[in-house]
Amino acid sequence: MKQNRKRILALVVLLAAAVVVMAVAPFVGLVKMPLSAAVSRSAEGSGFFIFWHMRVPRVIVAMLAGAALAASGMVFQAMFRNPLATPFTLGVASGASLGAAMYLRLGGAMSAWLAASLGLPGTPGISIAAFIGALASILLVYGLAQARRGFSGTTMLLAGVAVSFLFSSVILLMHYIGDIHSSYRLLRWIMGGLQAYGYDQVLRIAPFAIGGSAIVLCLTRELNLLTTGEDLATSRGVDVRRVKRTLFFATSLMVGGVVAVCGPIGFIGMMAPHICRLLIGADHRYLTPATMLFGAMFLTLCDLLARTLIAPAEIPVGVITALLGGPFFLWLLLRRAADIHTA
Amino acid sequence: MPSPIVETRDFSFSFGREPVLCHVSFTVQEGEVVSIVGPNGAGKSTLLKCLDRILPGGTGSISLKGRPLHDYSQKELAALISYVPQADARALPFTVMEFVLMARYPHLSPFTSVKPADHAAAREALVVTGTEGFADRFLGTLSGGERQKVFIAAAIAQGAEVLLLDEPTTFLDPRHQDDIHRTLRRINAESGATIISVTHDINTAALFSGRVLALKAGAVAFCGPAAEIMDNSVLERIFGKRFIFAAHPVSGRRLVVPEEVV
Repeated sequence: MKQNRKRILALVVLLAAAVVVMAVAPFVGLVKMPLSAAVSRSAEGSGFFIFWHMRVPRVIVAMLAGAALAASGMVFQAMFRNPLATPFTLGVASGASLGAAMYLRLGGAMSAWLAASLGLPGTPGISIAAFIGALASILLVYGLAQARRGFSGTTMLLAGVAVSFLFSSVILLMHYIGDIHSSYRLLRWIMGGLQAYGYDQVLRIAPFAIGGSAIVLCLTRELNLLTTGEDLATSRGVDVRRVKRTLFFATSLMVGGVVAVCGPIGFIGMMAPHICRLLIGADHRYLTPATMLFGAMFLTLCDLLARTLIAPAEIPVGVITALLGGPFFLWLLLRRAADIHTA
Repeated sequence: MPSPIVETRDFSFSFGREPVLCHVSFTVQEGEVVSIVGPNGAGKSTLLKCLDRILPGGTGSISLKGRPLHDYSQKELAALISYVPQADARALPFTVMEFVLMARYPHLSPFTSVKPADHAAAREALVVTGTEGFADRFLGTLSGGERQKVFIAAAIAQGAEVLLLDEPTTFLDPRHQDDIHRTLRRINAESGATIISVTHDINTAALFSGRVLALKAGAVAFCGPAAEIMDNSVLERIFGKRFIFAAHPVSGRRLVVPEEVV
């Protein structure tokens, strides 16, 4: 009981912090933004426009993307009982990237085919393509890992790395055979970025991020039981196959939706859940909202750094998250090794 | 009048092309304590997992309370039968109370929160297993014996009528082994729960349970009253070696000693 109160308090603090970050971030940037820019259309010319048409949508995109990537990482870690399982290590992000890259390369033809085959006209083709790529790679990795008896986390990660390399080399091949213009466009997109002009990006990412997150939030009890192992979860009454299928779908939605708009942004899916587990414990009823809030806040702050550090130029946000995430990954790896030795 | 609660008829199961269980038929009555013994790789754990549909499929039939296993939803099944897995070294990131409450899953509807009745059931299961003292400790900080008791507490909190246990005492010291056997017998006597337990120890099987089922290479090698397995013609058929016997100094029941120990 006391523990639950502490967790709720931690959630409230996280929520407050996320609200503060969301409220402050649009005011920070290359162009100094007085408070009045947010309300007064007439004040100093472009302030109002930059605030509402560039800064605010950008912050919303960062928040949605951060929350979705963090939630996907958390789901993978619970489902595969492995702290290193993330959209990246499992090759899901590369799958989404390949889907999106194929869309960028083949464009219109693929768009028409997707819209026709899925009966979803109006849905941005690149997001659907990335979703399909993500889903395909997760099924491939899972299938590969399961094909061998004695399914283990290590096999899973190895399969993920293999699939990741495979898809990345297909993208490289596309660079090679493409012309310089499309190759540059692809490269710039792969570096990851959150530039937003108006609310198009927000509208493109929102259904995927919010839909996927909603599914995950409905399955927190099942995630808890999956953490104890699939056998035990089954014996407790979880329909493990169905829950996993649903979670594969939800994570593919989230990863696909984010990758299509922002490119593959790494490491949030790994860091956010781990940091939140230290803060709030492993109970997914609390961990899930905490991870989403933290991911949202973290990516917004990384993006803030990305657009201010060497202003007026911008560092791709994927570079910032990777610079922070790489050392974190190593720390986690070494800490796990130490745990195994002392256990 | 006891009635059959678990019934398998001609049940076979294989991993890929590798057969694990071959034409297994046996019946467990309500309220019985049954041990499953047999050499390594005989299919004991697999049989247990098939009974709880952790491993789905197989040919032949398994029925619970006269209803085919495949007719149950996973939640209905969990309300009727619970499972204590073999100990593994993985530390679960939950407290004892959280872990035991999680076992109430089959009684919860998707969007309601945990009710006082669930807390009461969890609390009671902790008391029955003597684990209420460490309700707030993390599972990773418990000893093997304590951890095993907590897993049994969770299985009890689940509210099932049948308890499946996979080698519940294999890695425990004698005191904890004894504790666990006492606890299980008490649960059996007080709530009438049916207990099916896999073990390596023939003496445990004979002393602890009413009936013993022995598997060899996936087939039933013996099924009968526990005392009757203490016979060289039976044991040699199961384990491919001879044993010698001694009488229990108090109860006079037969105990088995591997021959070369003497």
